[in-house]
Amino acid sequence: MDLQQKVIAILARQAVLDVSDVTPDSTLESLGIDSLGLVEAIFAIEEAFDISVPFNANDPARSGFDMTSVASIVAAVEGLVAQKAA
Amino acid sequence: MRRVVITGAGTVNPLAQDLAGTLAAMRSGACGIGPLDIPDVERLSVRIGGQVRGWQAADHLDRAVIATADRFAQFALVAAAQAMAQSGLEVGEGADCGVILGTAGGGLQTSDDSYRAVYAEGKTRVHPLTVPKLMQNAGASHLSMAHGIRGPVFTVSTACASSNHAMGLAFQMVRAGALRAVLTGGSEAMLCFGGIKAWEGLRVMSATACRPFSATRDGMVQGEGAAVFVFEDRDSALARGAPILAEVAGFAMTSDAADLVAPSVDGAARAMQGALADAGLAPGEVGYINAHGTGTAANDRTESAAILRVFGPAPPPVSSTKAMHGHLIGATGAVELLACLLALREGVIPPTIGHQEDDPECRIDVVPNLARAARVEVALSNAFAFGGLNAVLALRRA
Repeated sequence: MDLQQKVIAILARQAVLDVSDVTPDSTLESLGIDSLGLVEAIFAIEEAFDISVPFNANDPARSGFDMTSVASIVAAVEGLVAQKAA
Repeated sequence: MRRVVITGAGTVNPLAQDLAGTLAAMRSGACGIGPLDIPDVERLSVRIGGQVRGWQAADHLDRAVIATADRFAQFALVAAAQAMAQSGLEVGEGADCGVILGTAGGGLQTSDDSYRAVYAEGKTRVHPLTVPKLMQNAGASHLSMAHGIRGPVFTVSTACASSNHAMGLAFQMVRAGALRAVLTGGSEAMLCFGGIKAWEGLRVMSATACRPFSATRDGMVQGEGAAVFVFEDRDSALARGAPILAEVAGFAMTSDAADLVAPSVDGAARAMQGALADAGLAPGEVGYINAHGTGTAANDRTESAAILRVFGPAPPPVSSTKAMHGHLIGATGAVELLACLLALREGVIPPTIGHQEDDPECRIDVVPNLARAARVEVALSNAFAFGGLNAVLALRRA
């Protein structure tokens, strides 16, 4: 399973959807993931990739972790995984 | 129905370890938040808090008591002793007096220490009094034993509203004539590795400072400590010439029945309206609101909207003293009631420190950074807890 598939699997589980229902252009809102679900999804991503996601629920926009779509989340996770390897 | 007054107050909190020091700190806008000094802090991403620094339990309590009391119970014992000394309350046989304390975490440090011992350090046994130290009611029980209080003694645990719920019940019991006096308030000591690690998970904590209602706020900061009051039947208090710090005029509690963590304008507004109705007060009579004001985006916007709904477009001054002492979770309403006493008794509204920039979504007067002189006849104290539980007290100048 590649990184994108792993992230999609995590988001699908959080949204109680099938992985086939989660596409790169899905948004958290379209998936029905609320703020508490997001915090749980980020926790699962951190555990799966052994990374720390800089996310503060008080100001998600300033966290430097773009969550506008599944694609942007995948890209942000790729960046954090690359940083860890560097 | 009887009238209920406060005849004694005591506290141990990040600003000071007594009432006078705390009121002076609130007046001057002091900040009790700083770097945390606890085991394993290097493994936390949140490393600031409102700690009670230089705590020396042996200065206040017998060795035998210290050995049986978690930090949260020690704070409660010392705060209660101060309140009892100020009140001069004679308990007598003690059956017509009670203790109702709030706490969210109870003896969390005892739990944390015992888990570290068996899981991290591989030890095979924990302290023999681990259970009676960690139990949520330990603080209330210690107070009953220390002061010979033999009536209703129990703990209320409703997360961040614990102490307001506790004090509200104490008020109702004295008002109804069920008790002559109640030691009430709250105590919390959650600043340990496990306690903070759990809060980190919610991603609502600030790594820098607590700036309630400021557009630049980025979360809450935890504190620890206790405040305990003597709530007493007014006629009894007057008859014995007790000091009367304020009158407890009304109380209301509501539930959002909506979300486990997200606050609700409706639930908060109904609690404030309920407290006013219970006290027979009109919104225009309120001169100060001590906000729940956690410094999170969700709370501060919701609370501002609720205040505007209850009080209209020009609400009374509002401050969150959490910027000074942090969020004391189950003890926070009790310590914040001290801010109301400052406003009612000394005509000083404590400031919301750390204010950098107005937030257009918080259109209220937050008394930024500097205390303000004002004659305050009535003060409200808000507490809104996870789980959607809201508890608001109304106090009147005595």
